[in-house]
Amino acid sequence: MRAVVTVTGTDRRGIIAKVSELLYERKANIEDISQTIMGGQFAMMMIVQCAEEDADFTALAAALDELGRSIGMSVRVQHADIFDAMHNV
Amino acid sequence: MFGKNEVLETVEMVEKEHLNIRTVTMGISLLSCIRGTAEETADAVYGCIMRRAEALVPTVNALSREYGIPIVNKRVSVTPVSLVTAPFPEKSPLVGRALDRAARELGIDFLGGYSALVHKGTADYEKIFLTTIPEVLAETERLCSSVNVGSSRSGINMDAIRLMGEIVKETAERTADRDGLGCCKLVVFCNAVEDNPFMAGAFHGIGEADTVVNVGVSGPGVVQHALSFAPEADLTAAAEIIKRTAFKITRAGQLIAKEAAKRLGARFGIVDLSLAPTPARGDSVARILEELGLSAVGCHGTTAALAMLNDAVKKGGVMASSSVGGLSGAFIPVSEDIGMIESAEAGNISIEKLEAMTCVCSVGLDMIAIPGDTPASTISAMIADEAAIGMINNKTTAVRVIPAPGKKVGDEVRFGGLLGRAPVLPVHGGDASRFIGRGGLIPAPIHSFKN
Repeated sequence: MRAVVTVTGTDRRGIIAKVSELLYERKANIEDISQTIMGGQFAMMMIVQCAEEDADFTALAAALDELGRSIGMSVRVQHADIFDAMHNV
Repeated sequence: MFGKNEVLETVEMVEKEHLNIRTVTMGISLLSCIRGTAEETADAVYGCIMRRAEALVPTVNALSREYGIPIVNKRVSVTPVSLVTAPFPEKSPLVGRALDRAARELGIDFLGGYSALVHKGTADYEKIFLTTIPEVLAETERLCSSVNVGSSRSGINMDAIRLMGEIVKETAERTADRDGLGCCKLVVFCNAVEDNPFMAGAFHGIGEADTVVNVGVSGPGVVQHALSFAPEADLTAAAEIIKRTAFKITRAGQLIAKEAAKRLGARFGIVDLSLAPTPARGDSVARILEELGLSAVGCHGTTAALAMLNDAVKKGGVMASSSVGGLSGAFIPVSEDIGMIESAEAGNISIEKLEAMTCVCSVGLDMIAIPGDTPASTISAMIADEAAIGMINNKTTAVRVIPAPGKKVGDEVRFGGLLGRAPVLPVHGGDASRFIGRGGLIPAPIHSFKN
């Protein structure tokens, strides 16, 4: 499925490297990436293709969440359809 | 396609503003479960819920994980039980207990439909059924009950209202050790709707398909946050902000509803466009009204602000969903909204003002603790007043009050969780017992004759 990974928090070195490495290990393919820094706050969005299976997706979400905790940031993955639904008429 | 800012907006709504889907409610018809005896019927009802709602909780949890949107409650609504037990009404508690057991075993938060529809008259079997409500609510944990006592088409059944005043009191007394918790699971309606996903008033109407998924959205915190960026906006502009926000919230609900129905093999029913608060900070309808410029909810201006909010939520939401229904409007339950709790504690809000507010929003006098010694006839009179508002204005109204046993004005009741806490509010000391004692049917209003 097409999913969106978001990373938010205080900027620090190696964020993209760590998240990309985890996605690579979990066989998720990054299709698009953009980031911005606003007042020291880092915000990144990645569009990825990842597993359809509920168990795999749940494992990916848990791994990203754990990574987020270890680097003190919020890392989430969500089905892309939710953003299409909420922001497109 | 969507942009980075839009993605971050959604993430912020979830992380900081309590955006959530309040409930995914599966409506299940029990009509096919009626058997020759109450025992067999109860078994069939239990089996039916266990079979049809088996996948509800895991499926909804998976949806919540995938879409990254919290889904607070997984619920079931059923055909009004008074219809299912009509041949043996005195044994209705057997079915009530079977439903509660199924809900507990499946991890369903609440199951609604221990209900009767008596808006024009009370059949003998319904009268017996109604008297079983206090016992069943005291013995069960997750079962909710509702009774429809009036409608714009048929008038108001004052005999049923007289009885319901006593039933509310008895329900409180039977759960006296828990501050009258049973009354949190009992709501008396006028113009009840058949596809409402919210508790305690959800039931599965007899005009509905076999198995239906209805979704209730929420997000008062999101609306308040959006308004906080426009403190100087005039009310036209503020209404536009509310509409846009309601649209986004409802689209999330529509997506979840469609997907849940597909995965559960049920029909997609409706999205209920509601702003439902919780006792958590930042998840309050009262705070939206205060954001609009009121010092405390309950002051003059509250009704106008609420009317605008309620209307704008509907206008934004209607376009976002292919099928809107349920109660659809802002809820103002006192114990479940931190802004309402604090306003009531500070003496800024009265039952009279709350009644006025119910003229312009959904649903009614909701989750209000009143003194334990309030006479049954006074509770009946409160129900009659709300039913009159609903009947004349063609809207759903309801009463869910808790005459907290042993408590008096100024005391506090605590129910915990989403049910929250509330100070005991004073009720008018006048006596309506002779009016209530008259009974009969208040005839349908002139504007009901539409054919």
